[in-house]
Amino acid sequence: MAFRNLKKRGLRSWLTLLGIVIGVTAVVSLISLGTGLQIAITSQFGISSTEVITVQAGGINFAGPPGSAVSKPLTIDDVKAIERLGTVKRAIRRNIPTGKIEFNNKVIFGFVANIPPGEEGEIVYDIFQLKTLKGRLLGDRDKKNIVVGYNFYANKVGFDKKVEVGDKILIQDKNFKVIGIMKKKGSFIFDNIVFMNSESLEELMGYGDEVGLIAVIVKDKSLMEKAKKEIEDLLRKRRKVKKGEEDFEVSTPEAALDTVNDILRGVQIFVAIIAFISVFVGAIGITNTMTASVLERKKEIGIMKAVGAKNSQIFSQFLIESGFLGLVGGIIGAIFGTLIGIFGTHAINNLVGATANIEINFALIFAALTGSFLIGAVAGIIPAMNAAKQNPVEALRE
Amino acid sequence: MADKKKELIVLENISKIYDMGETKVVAVDGLSLKVNKGQFVAIMGPSGSGKSTSMNMVGSLDVPTKGRILLGGKDISHLSESELAQLRGKKIGFIFQSFNLIPNLTAKENIMLPMMFQGISAEKRIARAEELLEMVDLKDRMDHYPNQLSGGQQQRVAIARSLSNDPDVILADEPTGNLDTKTGEIVMSFLDKLNKQGKTIVMVTHDPDLAKEHADVVYWLRDGKLEKVTKKRRK
Repeated sequence: MAFRNLKKRGLRSWLTLLGIVIGVTAVVSLISLGTGLQIAITSQFGISSTEVITVQAGGINFAGPPGSAVSKPLTIDDVKAIERLGTVKRAIRRNIPTGKIEFNNKVIFGFVANIPPGEEGEIVYDIFQLKTLKGRLLGDRDKKNIVVGYNFYANKVGFDKKVEVGDKILIQDKNFKVIGIMKKKGSFIFDNIVFMNSESLEELMGYGDEVGLIAVIVKDKSLMEKAKKEIEDLLRKRRKVKKGEEDFEVSTPEAALDTVNDILRGVQIFVAIIAFISVFVGAIGITNTMTASVLERKKEIGIMKAVGAKNSQIFSQFLIESGFLGLVGGIIGAIFGTLIGIFGTHAINNLVGATANIEINFALIFAALTGSFLIGAVAGIIPAMNAAKQNPVEALRE
Repeated sequence: MADKKKELIVLENISKIYDMGETKVVAVDGLSLKVNKGQFVAIMGPSGSGKSTSMNMVGSLDVPTKGRILLGGKDISHLSESELAQLRGKKIGFIFQSFNLIPNLTAKENIMLPMMFQGISAEKRIARAEELLEMVDLKDRMDHYPNQLSGGQQQRVAIARSLSNDPDVILADEPTGNLDTKTGEIVMSFLDKLNKQGKTIVMVTHDPDLAKEHADVVYWLRDGKLEKVTKKRRK
C-alpha cells in the first residue's frame, strides 16, 4: 500500500529526492572509483614497483627526478656502500638531469634519464615497466641512440612535429638517433623523458660520479623497512648528519603510496562531506514532502482509522512510505554511482594505460540502499507521528 | 425494559462539549438511547442537532465528555485510542455519505483494508472481499478504482467494506445523501437485506421519509437533546 501511494506522487516529491540521489551517487561512485583513482595517482608519481627503495639527496620527493638544487649530491661511493648492506640485493645508480633537446628547429628543456648497462638496465626497464610502442629498447651498444617517451611521438612536447623512430634529435647539441618510442604511461614524467645509456649521458652532461638517485632493490620484500633503516643509518654516518636533520630522503613505495592514499583520503573526506550535506538536505526534503502528504491525505487517514487502523498502523504505513521514498532515491543514486564508477574507471584506464578492474560492489550497493531506506524512514518519523495522531472525526470532516 | 442481552449499544446520559476557548459548544446534551440487536435504528434531526456527533460516539470514533457508552455490555467511554480502533475494526462497520473509499485502492483492496488492520491473512482477505463484492453485485468491478465507479457503485463497495470484519453493527451516516433517488433506493435495499439477515443498523439521516420507511426505531434529535422516539411495529 505504501508503494501504491508512492506511484501517485507528483514531480514535487521526486524532486525532493535529488539530495539523496546526489549523496548516494557521490558515495557509490567515489568508492567504486577508489581503486582506479589510486592507480591513476600512483602512476602519475611513477610508482610502479613495490620492491624498490628510492634514495635521494635533498628534499622530499617521490621516485621522480631530483630537484636541480640538491645540496650535497649522492655519489658512486654511496651506491657501492648501500649495495654492500646485508638486506640489499642491488643498488642502481640513476641520473636524470635536465638537458637541452632540439628537434625540428625547436628547443625544449627536458629530463634525460640514464639506462645503466647490462642486467641493471633490464632491472630499470622492469621495475618501471617500461615497454616500447615502436622500435626497441636501448642495448649496451646504443651509444648514439635514444628512446623517447610517448609524448614525443604524440607531438605534445613542443616540437610541432611528431618524433618517429629513425628521426635525429639534438641533445646538448649532439646528434642522437631515436630507436624506440615508449608506450604511454600516463605519467607526466615518464611520457616526456628521453632515455640514454649511462655512459653517453655522463659524457654529455659531465656529472662525474654524482648520482641523482639510487634505486635500491631489497633481497626480500619483508626486509623493506629494515633496509630503509640500514640505508638511513649508513647515509647519516657517511654524510655526518644527526637523526632528524637528514639532507637525504629514503622512501619506500609504501611511504609513497601512503602519500597517495593521504591525497585520496582528502578527496574522500571532501566527497563524504558533500554527500553528507546532500543526504541531509534530501532528508529534510523527504520530511517536507511527507508532511505535505499527511495534510493532503488527512481524510484517507480518517477513513483508515474509522475502519480500524490503530495509531501504530498508520504510523508504520507512513514511515514505510517515507522509507521507500528514500530507497527510490538510493536506487537512482546507486545506478548513477555505479555507472560513474564503471565509466570513470574506463576513462582512467585509457588515460594511464592501466588495467584497473571494473567491479560492481554489491555489498556497497546494498549498504547504500539500506542506508537510504533508513534515512527516508528517519526523515518520515515526525510526519508519520502527525499522521498517527490525527483525530478521526476531524480527519473525516475534511 | 427490554431484555438486557438484546441491548447492543447503550448511550447513558452522554454529553459532548467542545471547548472553543471562551465559549463552550454543547453538541450533545444528556442524550440516552438504546440499540437492540437486529434493530434498524435511525437518528433523525436537522443539521446541528448533534446527530453526527452522536453517531461518531456510537461508532467509537469519538468519546463523550460526560456519560457512558456500552457496546455489547462493555463500557467503551474510557478506552485508549488503539483499543477503540481495534474495537471499531472488529465490531462496527461504517458507511459514509461521501462513500470515503481510498482513491488509490481498487474496490477489492478497499474492502480488504479493514481486514488488513485486523491482521487477517492475505488469502482470507481476498476470498472474503470477493465474496462481499458478489453480494453487492460488483464482482465484475473488483479491480476498478473508486473514480471508475458510479456513486451508487461506490456506496455498494462501501457497504461491502463495512461488512468485511462481520461487525455487530453497521453505522450509516446519510448513506443516500449523495445519491439520486433511484440509486439511493438500491443502496437502501441492500441495508434492508442486511437487516433482515440479522445485522444491526444505525442510520443517521435528515430525511424523515427515509427514516420512517426503513427504521424500526427513530430517535428525533434537536439541539443535542432527544426530542421524541417513534417506533414501528415489526412486520
